[in-house]
Amino acid sequence: MDNIAIVGVAQTKYERRKKDKTYYDLVFEMTKGVLEDSGLTLEDIDNVITVSNDFLDGRTISSMAVGEAAGAGDKNISTVEGDGTFGAFYGAMRVLGGFNTTLVVAHSKGSEGDVKHITNGMFDPIFQRLLGLEAISASALQANAYMDRYGVREESFARVSVKNHANAKNNPYAHLPMELTIEDVMASQKMADPIKLLDCSPVSDGAAAIIIANEAHARKAKTKPVWIKGIAHCAEEYFLGDRDLTNPKSLRDAAKRAYAMAGIADPLKSLDVVELYDAFSYMEPLWLEGLGLCNPGDGPKLLDDGITTMSGALPVNPSGGVLSSHALLVAGLARIIEAVLQLRGEAENRQVEGAKTGLAHGINGPCGQSHCVWILGTEK
Amino acid sequence: MARRVAIVGTGQTDHRSHRPDVNGREMIYEAVKRALDDCQLSIHDIDAIIIGNMDHFESINYVDTWSVEGSGAVMKPIMKVTTGGTTGASVAIAAYYHVASGFFDKVLAIGWEKNSESDTTAAIITCSDPVWDRAFYSGAIPSLATEASAYMKQYGATQEDAARVAVRDRTNALSNPHAHLRKPITIEDVMASPMLAYPIKLLDVCPRTDGAAAVVFAADGVAQKIAPKPAWIRACAARHTYSWFGDVDYNAGLLSLQRASKEAYQRAGIREPADEIDVAELYLPYSYAGLKWIEDLGFCGPGEGPGFIRDGHTDMGGKIPVNPSGGVISTNCIGATALLRVAEAAMQVMGKAGQRQVPDVEVALATGFGGCFWSDVLILGKARP
Amino acid sequence: MATERDYGELLTLTFSTPMPYEWSIGKYGSLFFHEIRESQRFTGIRCPQCGKVYVPPRRLCAPCFKELDELIILPNLGSIMAFSVVNYPFPDPATGEQRPIPYTYGCIKIEGSDNIFNHVIDETNVEKIAVGMKVAAVFKGKEEMQGNIQDIRHFRILG
Ligand SMILES: [Zn+2]
Repeated sequence: MDNIAIVGVAQTKYERRKKDKTYYDLVFEMTKGVLEDSGLTLEDIDNVITVSNDFLDGRTISSMAVGEAAGAGDKNISTVEGDGTFGAFYGAMRVLGGFNTTLVVAHSKGSEGDVKHITNGMFDPIFQRLLGLEAISASALQANAYMDRYGVREESFARVSVKNHANAKNNPYAHLPMELTIEDVMASQKMADPIKLLDCSPVSDGAAAIIIANEAHARKAKTKPVWIKGIAHCAEEYFLGDRDLTNPKSLRDAAKRAYAMAGIADPLKSLDVVELYDAFSYMEPLWLEGLGLCNPGDGPKLLDDGITTMSGALPVNPSGGVLSSHALLVAGLARIIEAVLQLRGEAENRQVEGAKTGLAHGINGPCGQSHCVWILGTEK
Repeated sequence: MARRVAIVGTGQTDHRSHRPDVNGREMIYEAVKRALDDCQLSIHDIDAIIIGNMDHFESINYVDTWSVEGSGAVMKPIMKVTTGGTTGASVAIAAYYHVASGFFDKVLAIGWEKNSESDTTAAIITCSDPVWDRAFYSGAIPSLATEASAYMKQYGATQEDAARVAVRDRTNALSNPHAHLRKPITIEDVMASPMLAYPIKLLDVCPRTDGAAAVVFAADGVAQKIAPKPAWIRACAARHTYSWFGDVDYNAGLLSLQRASKEAYQRAGIREPADEIDVAELYLPYSYAGLKWIEDLGFCGPGEGPGFIRDGHTDMGGKIPVNPSGGVISTNCIGATALLRVAEAAMQVMGKAGQRQVPDVEVALATGFGGCFWSDVLILGKARP
Repeated sequence: MATERDYGELLTLTFSTPMPYEWSIGKYGSLFFHEIRESQRFTGIRCPQCGKVYVPPRRLCAPCFKELDELIILPNLGSIMAFSVVNYPFPDPATGEQRPIPYTYGCIKIEGSDNIFNHVIDETNVEKIAVGMKVAAVFKGKEEMQGNIQDIRHFRILG
């Protein structure tokens, strides 16, 4: 693989309701912001990927609302519908496939639709949808299966929520910085057993953008390039009943291929920081298992042993993670951006000292049916 | 360095107005199976999958993950690419970059739609801006009618000129066993069909179709081992020029197609498109496009479209046959429609188009149209670029 | 492998639950509708770089990729650039009800603007409409207005 790098990043503050901004406004601001960050101009950008979802935006061909705001009027353009990590992956492919620079921009405003209806829409209309399954109830099934399989306790999940909301206090972009105790989480409103309100990510409005460049164009940018060392994605079965929800095998496969591409044999040793898609508190330990950072069932132990805290050997979600800010689609791109800031040494109060190799992760579909794993590094 | 990429196999369903016998995943499977059979691969040989359709036509969110049974993506990378009517071509271009980038050797591109599952017009009007246009935007036909009437006024084209395009495509469809509408029509039939929105009549426009298409792309070195005569991707380009219907300048021609085709010709080294391209599969959703957009593609000069058609240059056996498959006017399963153009162009290059084969095709053109007067363009060729 | 098995009647499932939305109109858009309600007049916005005037006002000029800020008041008059009388039925996405047909969809250039405004024209006889005809906006009564595009009832042909 030729050397390609992320040379610009931009994200909005994540918040409940951006009533003053349309999708178009958000995408324009991110486009402007990412150009400013990189020191490149719109003329330096030769192609654009937008990331949007017709259900979220309540609009068929949702990409139509934002192409011009992304400066793509007379540029090659395409649109990925799914998490931002997937859109960014297509952006990277286009740089390796002949373009010089891809601008990737994602937006979402959960406040404008009914997220329960929207996530209900990913379930099969014939067999599942009328049952009322949506993200929370389906995830509750997964959390329950996980607890049952390995004897994990609800308090272990609560501990993730406490850690990530506390980390969010160091992130000026976070939606829900909070000082919580395990008791607070345990006592919060029961959403769908075993998931309680404080085990859930919020529904946020937000947008984000990155610029991916080939080596020659990375030199034109004013930022310190963050090199893309490996990317892989993978999906597993669709119906929940067809899956072993406690074994994220598609994540295992994606991680394996991403590590191989990056030349990583022992991820726990090689990685300095991880930003993963913790839409619910139980997901963090489960995904850490899928990422091969511990044995199956040992995910909660990583936090119990202090490994994934800010002062631990491998801090996970210094930004506060998705639990603290969840703009759908944007959230995966935000994971990449947070990893980039860490590797540039620009993560300010949430900086992991001396971070050289980072991992970012995104998901698509119910209960993490499809995963995308990114390995980023400071060295070519 | 970008790798060279070729199409090695294609598959499509037998397109119908209504397929109550299969659900979406099952319909997708039919096309995938045929594509794999066509190049004698198994799903295990496929490294990654790209799928596209239009969400609100079936009301399925996350079609990538919903589809895995039919698309074959269990324990494989799958990504959804969707850009409106251009989706099928955007999916093909994404497949090209999946391989050209070096990440994957053999990838499967899928486009599909079950138009029968929703009210297509009700679904398409939600593509208009909810604040500004939606209360009055009434689907694709009126905006196309606007384009057609502007063209007629500008160059004096007639309704009969347009009807000739519909008759050409529907006649070609008689040689395509997969086509949806396979009943011969005449210019008189078109003229006598009900007026939908002046000057567009029922037989001037595409039908609503249930169907799917699948195309297998492979890397240089791998492709030649799979197919003796693969269809090489010579160039691809896309322009999604407008975000607002009010910005479209109907007198300037289809700007996105002018720009995208210009870039694609440049990349493929084509100077005289009508002389150098042997066959074109164009996304013509209605007959008037067959007059005007061939001008934007540079097949003939501005205003010369009607004469070019009348002289038979785009007929089978003509200078540059257009839509040997019967085109979009004969089959329109929207998310699949532009990918069908790519598949049909590839079949022409590979010499596998059966009764609808144009002899000795060296170079073929495929286009996609959609969104807010957007265009995607691909050029395929027999010679390794 | 053809099979002669009898599957019985092939079933389909109807799913008609509406998906509610609350779309932001944005700053300039809000202002546009306020201006219509308060003063029954149109607002446009001019690009400082190319001079193009857009109506309704928007945040940026795409070709220049320039942010816009110079609001201007426009007359409620325009001319027909293109039109189409629509004769086929379909449900209104706002209400789910069938819209009455025929009705005329118009592309209208508002005087003093450079882009096209889309709305309906209150004439369905093709013989009585032509490109280039002058039209005037007809607004709803102030108390009926809701801050959306239907606050403009339609455009009336002046001749
Ligand atoms: Zn301007």
